[in-house]
Amino acid sequence: MTIKLKTPISEEEIRKLRIGDTVLLSGVIVTARDQAHKLMIEERPDFIREYLKESVIYHCGPVVRKDENGNWQFVSAGPTTSAREEPYQSDVIREYKVRGVIGKGGMGAKTAQGLKEYGAVYFHAVGGAGTLIANTVKRVIDVFKLEEFGTPEAFWVIEVEDFPLVVTMDSHGGSIHKEILEKSSKIAEELMK
Amino acid sequence: MELKESVLELIRRAATDLPPDVEQVLRKAYDNEDENTPAKNVLSTILENVKMARKQSTPMCQDTGSLVFYIDYPERGLEKDFRQAIEWAAVEATNRQYLRPNAVDPVTGKNSGNNLGINAPYIHFHQWDKEETRIRLLLKGGGSENVGAQYKLPYPPLNAGRDLKGVRKVIIDAVKNAQGLGCAPGTIGVGIGGGRDTSYALSKEQFFRKMGQRSGNKELAELEAELLNDLNKLEIGPMGFGGKTTVLDVFIASQARHPATFYVSVSYNCWAFRRKTMIIKNGEVHYDD
Repeated sequence: MTIKLKTPISEEEIRKLRIGDTVLLSGVIVTARDQAHKLMIEERPDFIREYLKESVIYHCGPVVRKDENGNWQFVSAGPTTSAREEPYQSDVIREYKVRGVIGKGGMGAKTAQGLKEYGAVYFHAVGGAGTLIANTVKRVIDVFKLEEFGTPEAFWVIEVEDFPLVVTMDSHGGSIHKEILEKSSKIAEELMK
Repeated sequence: MELKESVLELIRRAATDLPPDVEQVLRKAYDNEDENTPAKNVLSTILENVKMARKQSTPMCQDTGSLVFYIDYPERGLEKDFRQAIEWAAVEATNRQYLRPNAVDPVTGKNSGNNLGINAPYIHFHQWDKEETRIRLLLKGGGSENVGAQYKLPYPPLNAGRDLKGVRKVIIDAVKNAQGLGCAPGTIGVGIGGGRDTSYALSKEQFFRKMGQRSGNKELAELEAELLNDLNKLEIGPMGFGGKTTVLDVFIASQARHPATFYVSVSYNCWAFRRKTMIIKNGEVHYDD
């Protein structure tokens, strides 16, 4: 069954999600990668606060263009590897009251603990599905730090509609990544015998 | 069409148009996965994305990778001409959003903004006896590049010795360690022998083989078939959510090694397999996958 979610998301809603759930996400979310996460922890800027509260961070460095009217458009926008934000993520979730993180590859123990403690989940997007995901982006609302960080690393505030996701880490300690790693490691050992 | 414009078209095709042989293998994988599983959903999204990217002429993946060219040229060709054409095409492809700016100076941390930099795009030049020119392009994503691995045999942690049995073990280990991180289901390129640099280079060049194209060496061909079967038993599945499809194919090649060394390099290509070829013959350009 597919669950429809729209930001802002309450803690109660997010706590209902379990690993393996398929979600279609709508509403306002924010892209942030390495430089953005570093900034959020080192300087705790306020400009992004209202957009992140009870919302979702998307680990993504998009391909963008400007249309004839000078408005930004997302051209290709799949997820990037989340593991790089592991040192920051849990603190960012707490500081900005974030309810979810979208990326690929899953995250580590510190983030897992943060999801549990502050009530958030990790959503996995389909890596490489750049065009399809860009088509779910209805509008670019704002962009911060574009000059300084460049296109992939800037904070893009976007409105999405029916962005397809799978919950792979929930707020109860569940992680598909951990399960698959354990299982496949055992199989690999068998195959090497 | 001028050389530079035909190279631009080569880049556009590579970024936006998944080769049909790869698409066919993905479609088979979709049919093979169980209903209502994350694996099947992921493959369905991937196939839908492939169709949309081709139709819209937009990058199938926003990480349009590092540009790696392989040029075989006749006696009269000039490397400088090819380099100029490629640099122009890379800048123009970035302007047209076929490519994301992906060349970062590791010293200053600055992104050049146009995909040019020291050794970027990277070009492998090779002069051959034919009258025609062949330009092959691989757009190699960063996520899948990060999960590549090089082993030195013997490799005691796995009890992997200096033979094909040892080679098999470290390939299984590399794919297990990659999990879904290289955007599974991936394609595995393996180089056995050579030095550290040429070993990786050989593994990556295997990505120009078509799906199902087995090695000309009988033993390696058998190992490829065996590994394709074994690796799909790992149940890592598309994106690492579990499932029957972990890899799409395995391509292995070997080259002479120094008596003291035995390297096995494993390169991983994400499902978004961006490779294209163009042949220039008698002034005419022909594109292939």
